[in-house]
Amino acid sequence: MAYSDKVVEHYERPRNVGSLDKSSEQVGTGIVGAPECGDVMKLQIQVDDDLNIVDAKFKTFGCGSAIASSSLATEWLKGRQLDNALDIKNTDIVKELALPPVKIHCSVLAEDAIRAAVRDLEQKLESAGKLPKKEAAATAGE
Amino acid sequence: MSKRVYLDNNATTPMDPRVLEAMMPYFTEKFGNAASRSHAFGWEAEEAVETARKQIASVIGADSKEIIFTSGATEGNNIAIKGAAAMYADRGKHIITEVTEHKAVLDPCGWLHQNGYDVTYLEVDREGRVSAEQIQAAMRDDTILVSIMHGNNEIGTLQPIAEIGKLCKERGVLLHTDCAQTFGKVPIDVNEMGIDLLTVSGHKIYGPKGVGALYVRRKRPRVRCEPIVHGGGHERGMRSGTLDVPSIVGLGAAAEIAKSDMASDASRVSGLRDRLMKKIQDACPEVYLNGHPTERLPTNLNLSFAFVEGESLMMGFKEVAVSSGSACTSASLEPSYVLKALGVGDELAHSSIRFSVGRFNTEEEIDHAAERVVATVEHLRKMSPLFEMAQEGIDLSTVEWAHH
Repeated sequence: MAYSDKVVEHYERPRNVGSLDKSSEQVGTGIVGAPECGDVMKLQIQVDDDLNIVDAKFKTFGCGSAIASSSLATEWLKGRQLDNALDIKNTDIVKELALPPVKIHCSVLAEDAIRAAVRDLEQKLESAGKLPKKEAAATAGE
Repeated sequence: MSKRVYLDNNATTPMDPRVLEAMMPYFTEKFGNAASRSHAFGWEAEEAVETARKQIASVIGADSKEIIFTSGATEGNNIAIKGAAAMYADRGKHIITEVTEHKAVLDPCGWLHQNGYDVTYLEVDREGRVSAEQIQAAMRDDTILVSIMHGNNEIGTLQPIAEIGKLCKERGVLLHTDCAQTFGKVPIDVNEMGIDLLTVSGHKIYGPKGVGALYVRRKRPRVRCEPIVHGGGHERGMRSGTLDVPSIVGLGAAAEIAKSDMASDASRVSGLRDRLMKKIQDACPEVYLNGHPTERLPTNLNLSFAFVEGESLMMGFKEVAVSSGSACTSASLEPSYVLKALGVGDELAHSSIRFSVGRFNTEEEIDHAAERVVATVEHLRKMSPLFEMAQEGIDLSTVEWAHH
């Protein structure tokens, strides 16, 4: 299977590999996938007091396309407002990385990981009173 | 890109130059049809075909009349299974095979199942083996055929064919064995092992692609297979079609070389394979061997690299040609059914790589491959959330994963 140059580039020089302190009030963590399915993504975001995403990290068990999708997601997340994090859609990732149809699930997983990290952080912020409580509908899409 | 290394010799092998040399005249000046009885062109071709038949028969202790030529192991397996099933349908319609067979055995069995036959698929143990006891327990009065491969293409496990053959003889049931991976590499004697039908592939033994052979026993008992391809009645009526003389000459030459070099080839190749395993395991923790530790093909090394996924591993050492049981390398997104059958867990199936060593690999190539594999495993484990969790002491089997 031939990979696009961008997938290869992210695989060889992944951006933002690592971990943030998951116990921090300003860090949201999303872990999606399962080892028996062949992909697990952990994606973390950190915000400042103005809810700007100041850092994003990932670790991924999966194929090159899964690694590239999560690497790209962290790149796109950094510098965004938390509110805009969910604007990143799997279709954007597919386009940017030129993923073939059989690899679209990798981009879906990356989008899921973003959602999971954002939700985790929002819950922390809500319980700390820094964010108003959201309706349950915000978590739809699972 | 640095020099390419070919470690996928269970998929196919490079042709031995000695084989090509033997074939060359049969493309040009010796072009006759082996079935032409009326002139020297035909006689010359027929003589070459008969020489190849002898060369192949001699590897497995058979008579040359018991060898028929095919287009490869897939066709050989189809003739053996569907052909024997059709020929002996009046005796019974039950066939026994195992879950880790090649698709070229499973699919003909599946087709028979859809057409009124009953097929028992035996499970294998953790190391990929079936036992004669399992086969005995599965046998019924209407069992006509047992098809168990000699050496598995993915995990290299060798089956106890001699024990199974003895049982089949006692019960008067035919035994077919797919020897695509073992012919010419592991000693085989059709009489000592009680084999009635045996499949051979050309391109797994440094011969040409598109040619193979099927051994069909002629005495005690005399075995017949209904043809799948009908026509001029070539190959004792079991496989019609003008013989591919150059390829058959190549297959014969490859068989002769395999026989004369079997012991030295096997020890050199298994030495390289063991060197590769040691170099990898010395440098990387949590690398597991799939298959049987000793009863295995000399060529095959199937390893699972915990916490990293197979396709991403292969991507890291692209210049080293291997294959993976990972889902991501197949269109179905299902991991290898062979590894799943061992019960190693889907996650280790996703993390598996098959290295298969051959006659033309060198120590330098093995060392280079080991180095690249180790570096890639380290690169990927650094970015693996599973490795991180394991390092933190989390038991991954207790984690509730968000399945998708």
